[in-house]
Amino acid sequence: MELSGADILVRCLKDEGVEYLFGYPGGAVLHIYDALYQQEDVKHILVRHEQAATHAADGYARATGKPGVVLVTSGPGATNAVTGIATAYMDSIPMVVITGQVPSAVIGSDAFQEVDAVGITRPCVKHNFLVKDVTKLAETVKKAFYVATTGRPGPVVVDVPKDITDPNIKVPYHYPDKVTMRSYQPTVKGHTGQIKRAVDLLLSAKKPMIYSGGGVVLADASEELRTFVRHLGYPITSTLMGLGAYPATDQQFLGMLGMHGTYEANMAMHDCDVLIAVGARFDDRVTGKLEEFCPYAKIIHIDIDPSSISKNITVDIPIVGDVAGVLQEMNHLLSTGKKQPKKKELEAWWKIINSWRAKQCMSYDHNDKEKIKPQAAIELLHEITGGDAYVTSDVGQHQMWAAQYYGFDKPNRWINSGGLGTMGFGLPAAMGVQLAYPDETVACVTGEGSIQMCIQELSTCLQYGLPIKIVALNNRYLGMVRQWQEFFYKERYSHSYMESLPDFVKLAESYGHVGIRVERPEDLRPAMEKAFAMKDRLVFLDIVTDQTENVYPMIAAGKAHNEMHMSPHCELPQSAERELS
Amino acid sequence: MRHIISILIENEAGALSRVAGLFSARAYNIESLTVAPTEDPSLSRMTIVTTGTDRIVEQITKQLNKLIDVVKLLELTDGPHIEREMMLIKIKASTMAQREDVKRLADIFRGRVIDVTPTIYTIELTGSGEKLDSFIEALAEHKILETVRSGVSGIARGEKSLHV
Ligand SMILES: Cc1cc2nc3c(=O)[nH]c(=O)nc-3n(C[C@H](O)[C@H](O)[C@H](O)COP(=O)(O)OP(=O)(O)OC[C@H]3O[C@@H](n4cnc5c(N)ncnc54)[C@H](O)[C@@H]3O)c2cc1C
Ligand SMILES: Cc1ncc(C[n+]2csc(CCOP(=O)(O)OP(=O)(O)O)c2C)c(N)n1
Ligand SMILES: [Mg+2]
Repeated sequence: MELSGADILVRCLKDEGVEYLFGYPGGAVLHIYDALYQQEDVKHILVRHEQAATHAADGYARATGKPGVVLVTSGPGATNAVTGIATAYMDSIPMVVITGQVPSAVIGSDAFQEVDAVGITRPCVKHNFLVKDVTKLAETVKKAFYVATTGRPGPVVVDVPKDITDPNIKVPYHYPDKVTMRSYQPTVKGHTGQIKRAVDLLLSAKKPMIYSGGGVVLADASEELRTFVRHLGYPITSTLMGLGAYPATDQQFLGMLGMHGTYEANMAMHDCDVLIAVGARFDDRVTGKLEEFCPYAKIIHIDIDPSSISKNITVDIPIVGDVAGVLQEMNHLLSTGKKQPKKKELEAWWKIINSWRAKQCMSYDHNDKEKIKPQAAIELLHEITGGDAYVTSDVGQHQMWAAQYYGFDKPNRWINSGGLGTMGFGLPAAMGVQLAYPDETVACVTGEGSIQMCIQELSTCLQYGLPIKIVALNNRYLGMVRQWQEFFYKERYSHSYMESLPDFVKLAESYGHVGIRVERPEDLRPAMEKAFAMKDRLVFLDIVTDQTENVYPMIAAGKAHNEMHMSPHCELPQSAERELS
Repeated sequence: MRHIISILIENEAGALSRVAGLFSARAYNIESLTVAPTEDPSLSRMTIVTTGTDRIVEQITKQLNKLIDVVKLLELTDGPHIEREMMLIKIKASTMAQREDVKRLADIFRGRVIDVTPTIYTIELTGSGEKLDSFIEALAEHKILETVRSGVSGIARGEKSLHV
């Protein structure tokens, strides 16, 4: 079969099983858009800004585990996509981004809408390709999907010059079932000897701790993790990216760790004697001061990317491999081996942990009759959605409250930008999720600052009938910035106050949606119930929250796990100087 | 510590910029980098000289290995190896005394005079980076007009070899 490059590209996507293509047209991709017009297999979603195309594809990928796919034009189309590509890169999300390019013959001549897309994206992609020959197009697309979805996943850019998609030049089409690359062969299977040593060390622990991360979600290894944790009976904490892989409502779960982690999780990290990191990358928001990270612990680390291991923290037993397979092997050893966890020591350890828990580090003021507490809004969201919604988020205080108070029991439900921390991510990501799961409840928790960074997507939501529920915690501040200014800049609130806010209700309405504003605590429940009852409408809930609320606990950047700022409402002094256990 | 890392990399446009970009993006030191195709034209061989603590160099090798275009990597300084660098150096040699002294030094260092004008000698010298440095030091009395160094190329001694 002979096809043009444009038809080949579209056929490749179909043969790859791509359901949705998030894109925006322009000169360099017009041939491709013409090919899209003549088929119905790959559904194109027209966003309103290329950044949103990448975030939507990203949200789709995070919810489904399948790669997100994007098509943008050359020049400004490609540069607009960069923020979303970098966002996906930092969180290891599989994504294939096709960028149009000026015709091969004029590359390098500062042609109209020319940018060096391969050069600009190089530092924020797993890999990128410039297609130079239409006969290599199908193989290149296959390679792009292969690289994006295997090993440690990540975004891959395929830059396609316009002449490659010329409708008049036809070549034979064949989409390879699989490709091999001599230069890319990720290690998937963990080393058996290392796994045995790790299990031995785990079973010798007196104060063990399990620290799981986004790698468990990416590996779809939530079941394996649950079996592992339950068999051992050890406490487990999770990074922001791993939430839901282990159920938040389970007794063994200590909550999130790190900068805004719980008192019990951070204290247990600090005091543990054996730590196992499962698909987590020792990010600075998690470790705090490196020299004081887990000072008494021997550390085991499972990660598919060798460069994650001993990058920030030197570990004692590294295991390079896919976390699902490694945990299966560990579970097998644990269930067949004679050695069992140290029961007495473990009981003593839980006793200490429970005393930390008793401090109730997550309590907040429940008695305010005048102001809506953001934490209460999230807890209500949990209640009304039965804890079963897909929750996307933007970046800021609202993101932390959503992470802390929603209580995710399932993986792939918590969709946020952790590594890059990209404001503007939430709404377009929710579009990707809602397209993937049209019958599920999708809530976008956002702030009045973040939502304005991709607000134009309300229009896309109308076009495709996406009944997302926007839960805006409107504190009239760039709250996370304000919080740092309060704590570390003597309350000099430099440019963190959001003035001249739009009327979000009218704004939502003008985009053809429903808007509801809530100002008083007693109105919150009825408003939220009403919003979530409107199954087929997008509802913008503009919730006016307490402006002065802060995210607690908080470890200042570069401080140790046992140096937390606590909420004035919990049973600990403001700055928790602890008694050593 | 100084380390010499050898890599085999796909001979593709942009492969060099991936390596160079990695070093600048992650603020790794780079002393020299040489690259040229091998007997297999689809592969290039690159020799990188870098400095850093063991921990940083471990990250450098991991990050290089992670580049999709990198096929194989060998840290030469882990074992016995040979390193060579070539230098072309242009020296003022207009008086008889200068000409004789420069020639004598070149001979001592096993360099060759490869171009001569009434006022200039151009010398080619191959050896370790240290040897080239010493030659430049030995020329202290003379006026150096220009030096061109290739950067280090390296190869492991004995059986060990870097190939696909
Ligand atoms: C305002 C703000 C505040 C934040 N505060 C916190 C905080 O308090 N606590 C917190 O935890 N984070 C916080 N973060 C997020 C933080 O910046 C990092 O994104 C996060 O900690 C990284 O999570 P992770 O270690 O699970 O790694 P991820 O980025 O999820 O990386 C996954 C790791 O798993 C590996 N992996 C991938 N696939 C597999 C596989 N199949 N098998 C094995 N391994 C695999 C990868 O190689 C990688 O090393 C905050 C972010 C923002 C924006
Ligand atoms: C694109 C981008 N610009 C700037 C920042 C820095 N930043 C982090 S949180 C934040 C405030 C977010 O305000 P809002 O969305 O209202 O959320 P709140 O913290 O008030 O809940 C800012 C400016 C960022 N993360 N992303
Ligand atoms: Mg705000």
